[in-house]
Amino acid sequence: MDFGGINPVILIATLMASAVPILLAALGETVVERAGVLNLGVEGMMIIGALGGFVVAVQTGSPVLGFLGGAVAGAALSLIFALLTQVFLANQVATGLALTLFGLGVSSLGGQGYNGIKPPPTGPLLPDALADLPVVGPILFGHDWVVYFSILMTAVLWWVLKATRVGLIIRAVGESHEAAHALGYKVNRIRLACIAFGGAMAGMGGAYVSLARVPQWVDGITAGAGWIALAIVVFASWKPWRVLIGAYLFGGITVLQLNLQVAGSAIPVEYLSMAPYLITILVLVIMSAGRKGKASGAPASLGQNFHASR
Amino acid sequence: MTRPELLRVEGITKAYPGVVANSDVSFSIGEGEVHALLGENGAGKSTMVKMIYGLVRPDSGTMTLRGAAYQPSKPAEARRLGVAMVFQHFSLFEALNVAENVALGMENPPPMRELAARIRAVSEEYGLPLDPSRMVGDLSAGERQRVEIIRCLLQDPKLLIMDEPTSVLTPQEVEILFKTLRQLSREGTAILYISHKLEEIRSLCDEATILRRGKVVATCTPRERTAREMAELMVGTSLKTPERRVAEKGEVALGVSDLSAASPIPFGTSLKGISFTVAKGEVLGIAGVAGNGQDELLLALSGELRAAPDKVRVVGQPVGDLGPVERRRAGLVAAPEDRYGHAAAPDMSLVENAFLTAGVRKGLTKNGFVDWAGTRRFAEEIIAAYDVRTPGPDVAARALSGGNLQKFLMGRELMQGASVIVINQPTWGVDAAAAAQIRQSILDRAGEGAAVVVISQDLDELLEVSDSFAVLNEGRLTKPRPTEGLTMDEIGLMMGGAHGMEVAHHAEA
Repeated sequence: MDFGGINPVILIATLMASAVPILLAALGETVVERAGVLNLGVEGMMIIGALGGFVVAVQTGSPVLGFLGGAVAGAALSLIFALLTQVFLANQVATGLALTLFGLGVSSLGGQGYNGIKPPPTGPLLPDALADLPVVGPILFGHDWVVYFSILMTAVLWWVLKATRVGLIIRAVGESHEAAHALGYKVNRIRLACIAFGGAMAGMGGAYVSLARVPQWVDGITAGAGWIALAIVVFASWKPWRVLIGAYLFGGITVLQLNLQVAGSAIPVEYLSMAPYLITILVLVIMSAGRKGKASGAPASLGQNFHASR
Repeated sequence: MTRPELLRVEGITKAYPGVVANSDVSFSIGEGEVHALLGENGAGKSTMVKMIYGLVRPDSGTMTLRGAAYQPSKPAEARRLGVAMVFQHFSLFEALNVAENVALGMENPPPMRELAARIRAVSEEYGLPLDPSRMVGDLSAGERQRVEIIRCLLQDPKLLIMDEPTSVLTPQEVEILFKTLRQLSREGTAILYISHKLEEIRSLCDEATILRRGKVVATCTPRERTAREMAELMVGTSLKTPERRVAEKGEVALGVSDLSAASPIPFGTSLKGISFTVAKGEVLGIAGVAGNGQDELLLALSGELRAAPDKVRVVGQPVGDLGPVERRRAGLVAAPEDRYGHAAAPDMSLVENAFLTAGVRKGLTKNGFVDWAGTRRFAEEIIAAYDVRTPGPDVAARALSGGNLQKFLMGRELMQGASVIVINQPTWGVDAAAAAQIRQSILDRAGEGAAVVVISQDLDELLEVSDSFAVLNEGRLTKPRPTEGLTMDEIGLMMGGAHGMEVAHHAEA
């Protein structure tokens, strides 16, 4: 059951795996933006996470510790952003862009000794017997643990944001930091925690690229995934389940264009390669044209710094 | 009827740099008493209640709550001791629903489902219908206030402070609010009610403490006094009926005919068939409860909202399709209500702000360049003429207090020598002396031949300055009538049957 040389079962299984980095990063950024902070440094935190995860995994031989290392590296970089924007009240857009450039540069420098090394493999979680089942096997049971973790995180964040007091406070801070402050909540401290969480998620997403997707260290390995993650957050109207849908949609487009290239499609390779980015732009335009103002679900204080004295 | 004493305030003094907000203020509130704190803007009412709510600490003096010393250092402590406050400007989250908003204001909220049930129960008990699952952004001002009141009531307060609660409400909403407050009072909750609306206080309050310039000048039982007597106590002099200049109607300077416009403001009121004329030397006062189209009318007159050319005419010239700059050139200047962001660019200096609207009429550009020396001179003139308290003309507009910035902005518009001046809320948040000064300059400008439109929610102000009087009601304007000889009853009727100020009085029975 191939269509033009593409097996849909393999396609779906691959897109689930290929969507993991942008899904994790976008989930983290969703929390950050729900708290009213716009961190455009996702790409930088991802690539630092990719390097950090790769180094830790190679040094310790444990891929799980590698992912942890990626999360720590991403969070550490995000704390620079947190310090600049929450303590020194620097402009969030400029700081976020600088964070990306900084992350790309540092990772390029730090990764020099790691070219051509194989990291310890991250294998499937479940026994082969399950994964060998027809159709459902590869789609549901053939993945490594990070794929399941990313889906679990979607559910957890959905529940936390919707139903818990912590989630309510995060949303309140993102909605009106002045009202939240008047009620006695520590706006900047809550935001700082959210930024660190977003950094950890982005770092882990980056680690998945270098440890499972590629898997090796290459300069600029994340190749714009952070920007797609940012777009997905808007596409998803800041809602976790829609982030999952968005990530799979974009993961699917990426996988599809690779498959089309392999299948020898008549469309030039360059067009296929630019497709995911082009579609990102298109989706953003359509999303913002169709709905105006409040209906988009954007947190009202998004991107605004808060200082208690005002 | 004597009541057990709940709160006693003795000799409270609070000074800010340059201003004594409260000086030796004493009063006491009994349990279940509705106590009015009455005074003009700047008389020290808000500072007083902020001290009771723990937002501001007094310099000296003592407070006792139910016999025990009471010195709250933060609002949470005041709330714990049974003091709750409903703010003039709400502290709500628009994108969250009612239950979530209530939960955020509680120290230990119950689970959402239980909380929603309690909100429903309390809202029904007090006749404040409110659906816990609705988004606050979709609610009217009155409903938003209910959210705040219910947030307070769920904490079972002994004293409820309300800071000018009716300024944003429609008369129907005022009626509902008063019913609730009376019920609370019957149940033993004391209410400290701040307002300068005398009729409201007469219908609602048991006792009143009147403040003037931070001092207690009188206490009285509002039901036994007339509004005029209380007003005289507030102002301190016997109210002199404003001297009417002999109305020599000049030619029409501003003509508006059948002006209709959809509101550009979310949840705003659209204008419906507005018609009026203002002659040279005439002041037209436009009254009405907030949210009945005042902001939209200002936008339509200033040129931010455009219409067909002949709908608005300035000295005979059709300007309906022109923008604000062209209208200024034609001789119409406008001062909107919102000072930080609409009337002024808050982060720019006073000099820059002076240029922004006066550049055209004062000729402050030369060959396309700004004449900064001239602009600075103009800004300094305003500062001197209107007694604006500022370190200099180069400070950011944001750094000035609301009242001082208002004086600067009023001066900026009034000193441009325009033939038509439109002002929304000229003395909002300005202290009594400055308010009198602003009103005097409005009269002076009219005396020099300008046509002035004053939109205000302060009836007394309108009666003092205006020659003719009209009411804006749900986007419609009544026919202007001469202010002279107009009685309060007639004004009530103009404000509309359903919207009458009478409602509040009848509800008492």
